[in-house]
Amino acid sequence: MAKITKDEIKHLAELANLTLSDEEVDSLGGDLNDIVAYIEQLSELNTEGVEPTYMTVDLEDVWRDDEVIDYGLTRENLLALAPDQADDQIKVPKVL
Amino acid sequence: MSEVTKIVDSVRSGKSSAVAEVKAALERAESHTDHHVFISLTEKRALERAKDIDEQVAAGRVVGALAGVPFVVKDNFLAFDGATTAAAKMLEGFETPMQATAVRKLEEQGAICIGKTNLDAFAHGGSTENSYFGPTLNACDKERVAGGSSGGSAVAVALGIVPFALGTDTGGSIRQPASFNGVVGIKPTYGTVSRFGVVAMASSTDVIGCFTKEVEDIELVLSIMAGRDERDGTTLPNPTLQGVALQKQRVGVIKECMGEGVDSEVRELIEQYIEQLKQAGHEVEEISLPMYQYALAIYYIVIPAETCSNLARYDGIRYGYRAGKSLSDVYGKSRDGGFMPENKRRIMIGNYVLSSGFFDAYYMQAEKARTLLINEYNAAFKDFDVLVSPVAPTPAFKLGENTSDPLKMYMADVMTVPPSLAGLPALSVPAGKTKAGLPVGVQLIGKCQDDAKLFSLAKETEK
Repeated sequence: MAKITKDEIKHLAELANLTLSDEEVDSLGGDLNDIVAYIEQLSELNTEGVEPTYMTVDLEDVWRDDEVIDYGLTRENLLALAPDQADDQIKVPKVL
Repeated sequence: MSEVTKIVDSVRSGKSSAVAEVKAALERAESHTDHHVFISLTEKRALERAKDIDEQVAAGRVVGALAGVPFVVKDNFLAFDGATTAAAKMLEGFETPMQATAVRKLEEQGAICIGKTNLDAFAHGGSTENSYFGPTLNACDKERVAGGSSGGSAVAVALGIVPFALGTDTGGSIRQPASFNGVVGIKPTYGTVSRFGVVAMASSTDVIGCFTKEVEDIELVLSIMAGRDERDGTTLPNPTLQGVALQKQRVGVIKECMGEGVDSEVRELIEQYIEQLKQAGHEVEEISLPMYQYALAIYYIVIPAETCSNLARYDGIRYGYRAGKSLSDVYGKSRDGGFMPENKRRIMIGNYVLSSGFFDAYYMQAEKARTLLINEYNAAFKDFDVLVSPVAPTPAFKLGENTSDPLKMYMADVMTVPPSLAGLPALSVPAGKTKAGLPVGVQLIGKCQDDAKLFSLAKETEK
């Protein structure tokens, strides 16, 4: 596998919404190349016809009634979790 | 009588009181500040609750199975009174009006949470050095790491501050610090305890468990926390965690964990433990699990993939740290400033293995390889009841020893990640100490929902 380039690291950071400094791009780039070189070893395994495992216990499609459950939480409680609020809403920076 | 039941007994009988127990625990916490176990103490609420329990006892009312027992939780559990930081700047000062189900259930039985313990930020790490608030020091040697990511909780129990502590384990985060500090730690079967109110890391392996000094207390605490929770769809109905009569067990020693790369003193201590099992009449044989050599690679694909998805919610908008001016600025700068380097590393790897063009080669291949690992376990459990390995290849390492090399740090997880990937219960119990006085743990691994069998086996060999 080809080495992950600096531009690819920057692109990846953009996808992950991380504004990295130049030093971070360099150090993360180095780490990522080491880690990818390590995980690369899985390519030697023959997994033809093997089903992937996403869930280890036998639980699928757990249903419950579509009812509002009162957990004793108020609108104010939850709004207070946001870094900025105004008029009973979460305040965000100007988009346009 | 175990440590926990001793306290409950004396609180119920009036020999002691909940207030006295809580005050003593808080004093012990204060006397060990140099180990940096805590991110915060929840003193006010703890004392109020203790007073309330004492009044109930005085009034002759029935009090819970954990009445007056002080405990601590890793700071990724939501608990009343104070912040839940996950040891990250992203959640510094983050106070919620909610409580994790596990904490609520313990409190309903009269247990009293006295504080929130240190961890690697967002539980990413194996040393508690990745904490925004600085590292926790090992209980036996202050120049060494506590292990992680639940380092603070492990040290709290090892130093005797509280008789039990909660942690989370995604790939070894309870078992490895238990081993490094000489206490008992359980990663139960996946789905045993509700994860509602706990900061998510990797949802297909995250479990909640606990630390104690004795196995009996693990059984008690875990059975109270366990069970179906409507707020966590992955919880199992009716887990059985107590009281199995033990017959002769067929014990398999995992060959891949006893060879090269394992510290010679660790190997000797595990061999001594195995000898004890033989003396107790159990049948011990070696078993080879060739997929073990791939487990760490599987783990460091699957877990970052899930982690980067779970961490996408921290965008500086709905909760947590916010930096920057314009909207795109806020996303990028809040995440860059709020996360620790290891968080960013895992977010980047996760995005890499999930990105188009690499998804099949990495993520899908890893999930298929995971099936091969599980198949190997299933075959092994046809011949064996319990599998045994060290918890980690070495005792606690020195502070700073592995911080510059992420891969070297990941290697500390090499023996704990395989059971996590398969959802199996795994118990870390003290196997003794090295000549330098560093604790070493042995790992007992069982079939899914065979947690109780591990407890029974471990109790036989407890001193």
